[in-house]
Amino acid sequence: MKNIALADRPMGFDVHALRRQFPILSRTIRGKPLAYLDNGASAQRPNAVINAVDDYERHHHANIHRGVHTLSQEATALYEAARDRLVHFINARSRHEIIFVRGTTEAINLVAQSYARPQLKPGDEILITHLEHHANIVPWQMVCEQTGAKLMVAPIDARGEVHVEAVTALMSPRTRLLACAHVSNALGTVLPIRRLIAAAKERGIATLIDGAQAVSHLHVDVQELGCDFYAFSGHKMFGPTGVGVLYGREQLLERMPPWQGGGEMILAVTFAKTTYNGLPNKFEAGTPNISGAIGLGAAVDFLSGLDRDAAHAHESALLEHATAELSKIPQLRIVGTAADKASLVSFYVAGVHPHDLGTILDEDGIAIRTGHHCAMPVMDYFQLPATARASFAFYNTLEEIDRLAAGVERARKLFA
Amino acid sequence: MELNDLYRDVILDHNRRPRNFGALEPSDASVEGFNPMCGDRLTLRLRLAGDQISDIRFEGQGCAISTASASLMTEAVKGKTRAEALQLFDRVHRLLTDDAAAAEDLGKLAALSGVREYPARVKCASLCWHTLASALRSSNPQVLPAVTTE
Repeated sequence: MKNIALADRPMGFDVHALRRQFPILSRTIRGKPLAYLDNGASAQRPNAVINAVDDYERHHHANIHRGVHTLSQEATALYEAARDRLVHFINARSRHEIIFVRGTTEAINLVAQSYARPQLKPGDEILITHLEHHANIVPWQMVCEQTGAKLMVAPIDARGEVHVEAVTALMSPRTRLLACAHVSNALGTVLPIRRLIAAAKERGIATLIDGAQAVSHLHVDVQELGCDFYAFSGHKMFGPTGVGVLYGREQLLERMPPWQGGGEMILAVTFAKTTYNGLPNKFEAGTPNISGAIGLGAAVDFLSGLDRDAAHAHESALLEHATAELSKIPQLRIVGTAADKASLVSFYVAGVHPHDLGTILDEDGIAIRTGHHCAMPVMDYFQLPATARASFAFYNTLEEIDRLAAGVERARKLFA
Repeated sequence: MELNDLYRDVILDHNRRPRNFGALEPSDASVEGFNPMCGDRLTLRLRLAGDQISDIRFEGQGCAISTASASLMTEAVKGKTRAEALQLFDRVHRLLTDDAAAAEDLGKLAALSGVREYPARVKCASLCWHTLASALRSSNPQVLPAVTTE
């Protein structure tokens, strides 16, 4: 029997149909159509997410895990159903392994304070790489200060790549944890995390992966990766801000003390003793971001409904086109030229400060990020004060990239 | 286009060829300014003859607005007394933030008025002025902490 629905579907990836699901993409900025190329900072939300949050706020809101009344039960069911979606999304073993947090930053701080701090001794080592976001540097510096442990930093090369051998060379009997990005936010480099995790496991070193930039681009399966912790944010994967996930292996989470105390994370409280709740509630003190979690669940559904291979192929085409078009511009240097890159381009035009470029492109309705991208050590490595970064999502078009290249060329001429 | 109002010829010129750019040794005051949001950095050095700014130079890296603003500022305050320079600081600050502020008598500094249409860029233009004010208000300007815009 002929599958009519399939036959009628347009060949290839229908980016324009997809764009219509993101209402903000049809607005104008300073009279020009918005070209939103700042997805690495925060991605936009589809109707599915907006409507899920709206429906919750209008019809189902109450506090969760508390009341016997109908609304509280509905809110609890929606919140916990969102957790189940995330279990499937990253293939965790159980809902005990999905902790709702404010975002990647909070997830990493939780691991630093609750997993690392109680066991670190003076002279122990935490290993990171040179291309980490500040959120995967500062929490470790803090815990090193608190415990006397040392922060070790694996180098990058001139292409912005991290070599497995450069990381393993720094693994010692004192290394307690490897914390590294899955995808670099400043450069786009996809790190060889499978091999890094395997090398760490062989040596009994725990692993935390900062997946903030990865989950929107790559399929993530935490069991296949074999990492101990994986952290990501809702708003970079088309969900709301203020919600994210810490995945942790249940055996580790079980052994970790609670990070924050309060309601929700307890079973019984007396002034003499408090009995902590089980997973995942042990790590979710206080009323959580209920609508955010529900929105994130809707974002998971949205992504699951996409042909992610086709979306990935489209993003690769965007990256290829952007690399080619920007490379034609005199004086422009692409910063970060790893063989395996997510769809973002960081660049610098001699004579044009990134902030001036950002202002000039905004005049054309083009949104990019300019600055140090919360990765000052990366800027220091390339001896740049800042870069301009265009970061793409599957809803971007080749035409938007042409507009970007034309705007950059115009800026270059203005300052020449 | 509004952009021409921000990047006026005077601004582009002072960005391309900043005046009074470089080291000043010896100096009576040396202050660093830093904009942590964008990474702009400048070092401002002054020589004082009594109450008068006899020489002023700056170094650093920044966007066109911050470079041009510092260049224009050094031209404008050289030869002025502390009080006169601080008065000028107040006027420029108003020019950058208040739509109603008058640009008369400000000479080339009036070219900075386009910045006020771009709130995200006001700090770029004001960093050098805050740095100068810190130096002029201090009784011991050789050992001042860095000035930041945050």
